[in-house]
Amino acid sequence: MNIHEYQGKALLAEFGVPVPRGRVAFTVEEAVRAAEALGGPLWVVKAQIHAGGRGKAGGVKLARSIDEVRAHAETLLGKTLVTHQTTPAGKVVRRLLIEEGTNIDREYYIGVVVDRGSGRVVMMASSEGGVEIEEVAAKTPEKIVKATIDPATGMMPYQARQLAYAIGIPKSLVNKATNFMLGLYRAFVEKDASLAEINPLVVTKEGDIVALDAKFAFDANALFRHPEITALSDLDEEDPKEVEASKHGLSYIALDGNIGCMVNGAGLAMATMDIIQFYGGRPANFLDVGGGASKEKVTAAFKIILADPQVKGIFVNIFGGIMKCDVIAEGIVAAAREVGLDRPLVVRLEGTNVELGKEILDRSGLSIVSADSMADGAEKIVALVGEGGNEA
Amino acid sequence: MSILVNKSTRVVVQGITGDAGRFHTGQMLEYGTNIVAGVTPGKGGSAVLGVPVFDTVAEAVQKTGADASIIYVPPAFAADAIMEAVDAGVRLIVTITEGIPVLDMVKVKRFMEGKPTRLIGPNCPGVITPGETKLGIMPGYIHKPGKVGIVSRSGTLTYEAVHQLSSRGIGQSTAVGIGGDPVKGTEFIDVLQMFEADPLTEAVVLIGEIGGTAEEEAAAWIKAHMTKPVVAFIGGQTAPPGKRMGHAGAIISGGTGTAKDKIAAFEAAGIPVAKSPAEIGETLVQALKARGLLERVIG
Repeated sequence: MNIHEYQGKALLAEFGVPVPRGRVAFTVEEAVRAAEALGGPLWVVKAQIHAGGRGKAGGVKLARSIDEVRAHAETLLGKTLVTHQTTPAGKVVRRLLIEEGTNIDREYYIGVVVDRGSGRVVMMASSEGGVEIEEVAAKTPEKIVKATIDPATGMMPYQARQLAYAIGIPKSLVNKATNFMLGLYRAFVEKDASLAEINPLVVTKEGDIVALDAKFAFDANALFRHPEITALSDLDEEDPKEVEASKHGLSYIALDGNIGCMVNGAGLAMATMDIIQFYGGRPANFLDVGGGASKEKVTAAFKIILADPQVKGIFVNIFGGIMKCDVIAEGIVAAAREVGLDRPLVVRLEGTNVELGKEILDRSGLSIVSADSMADGAEKIVALVGEGGNEA
Repeated sequence: MSILVNKSTRVVVQGITGDAGRFHTGQMLEYGTNIVAGVTPGKGGSAVLGVPVFDTVAEAVQKTGADASIIYVPPAFAADAIMEAVDAGVRLIVTITEGIPVLDMVKVKRFMEGKPTRLIGPNCPGVITPGETKLGIMPGYIHKPGKVGIVSRSGTLTYEAVHQLSSRGIGQSTAVGIGGDPVKGTEFIDVLQMFEADPLTEAVVLIGEIGGTAEEEAAAWIKAHMTKPVVAFIGGQTAPPGKRMGHAGAIISGGTGTAKDKIAAFEAAGIPVAKSPAEIGETLVQALKARGLLERVIG
């Protein structure tokens, strides 16, 4: 789960990590009032969307007067920003962060991740602030230094000092940088983050260390113990179909193709997308109904797929293990009756109670194309959607 | 022969009185798994399907000689359950539970350092040695005893691969689901090492997916150390970057973890990769033919 920059900065402040003073604004008037409350002479008006690359896309503007704050707020609110991290359709700006200006002297990078190889939290630091870390990793990997943290002790001050010296933080500010990093680590661990990036961390001309940006992602599996983080979610940033799916305990991700998929198990769901593409089709979604799906869950899944107008046909691929094929078949039939099946449907069932499942589909009177294997099903749905596409 | 588990493995089920634990205990007993104990704190002294239930894993191990544990405990309590089993001294822990917070797993891995217990999972279908025993949730009947080892990050995609093998007359020595989480107990290389050392295993099918670099590391290890043929499939060739594809570990981030990179790593190591998930079985058949091993493996 992602949050906005202003929320990330509020979180950092809770852990004693210095951030510029700032306020969130949902309207132009709020932006003006925020700027007045902060005081001048310099403000930054920052578009709040869940994507990086906002600066390059024109989403971050400097203002030297209240009138300029107003003008920038008017331009940015409601504007669609397209960055290298958004889809080509971009994201609409609905919130702004109004922040006091910062006298930047030098910029650095600090990131925290869970490293799969070591199974530990790793803090990364680089002297190359304000640049994408992937770019630094590709071109000058020697400029990234890392500290692997023992969960039994937490991050130790010496580890933070090592990072600070290694990236060239001015010696007089190493203690401030150390406290910054220790606070960031505590925020990461105590809130169950999966990613934290401060890019850039800046040394100001006044000799302070400040997080000029803050990006956080949280472990969805740990949200049960962080209602305060769940409360920060912004539904405008999510695909409504993904939100609806998560309510039913379904794992759904919208893609840009036209063949809807319903599969049990994440690995098989990914493989189903792959095989559709292998036969020349394009998947419209990833959808995992899970291991213990009920008839209701299958019905909900079906409705979500059919609600997508892009979907020209559906491929159901089920390998019933824990999940019985007859349960899936009943769900399909119930959903198809309820919402009205107006598009081609290919079903491949295999596993526990497969004969019973096929019988339920056959007796339903619905026009369901049955497939004998994954490949057979993929070929059939691609052919059916192809024909439909030509007619349209 | 097999790896990890066989018919003499004595199993304790943690979370045996929950819905999933109870259901799968029945399924495992039916398959022939030697379940000697169950554990649910507060339910000690009762029984589930004739299996005695204890309050602690330590007591279950002491009274029944259990040497392996399978965990169906809900995610919020699973890390604690794993550590309890480690402390009780079981040799092997299979954790089925999906949705354990990743920082809980970071603590579990730290806790297990220097201890002899092996953890499989979490978020995995478990381990099966066909015809002998299963510690997991996979449908037993699709498997066939034989000589091909399977190691996979997926559940149902593994069933798909097993089905393709069994229907071609190719049996399996042991099938291991290592799980779809980013921080887990056992990686591809650990299992490949065991298969290489197992006299009965003649070949291995490896099923990977997007996210992380475990497949690339496995490819390098196979090239350097493995004498037995390996074929692979990588799921998620069409997955968009930045999106978690169901499994917590299946995410392309910062340009790493793509299927393309992983396939390239296997091909560079001379390991055949199935182009589509429907061709896993056929890819193995071709690789075995090329080495003159097909007749030894088909039974």
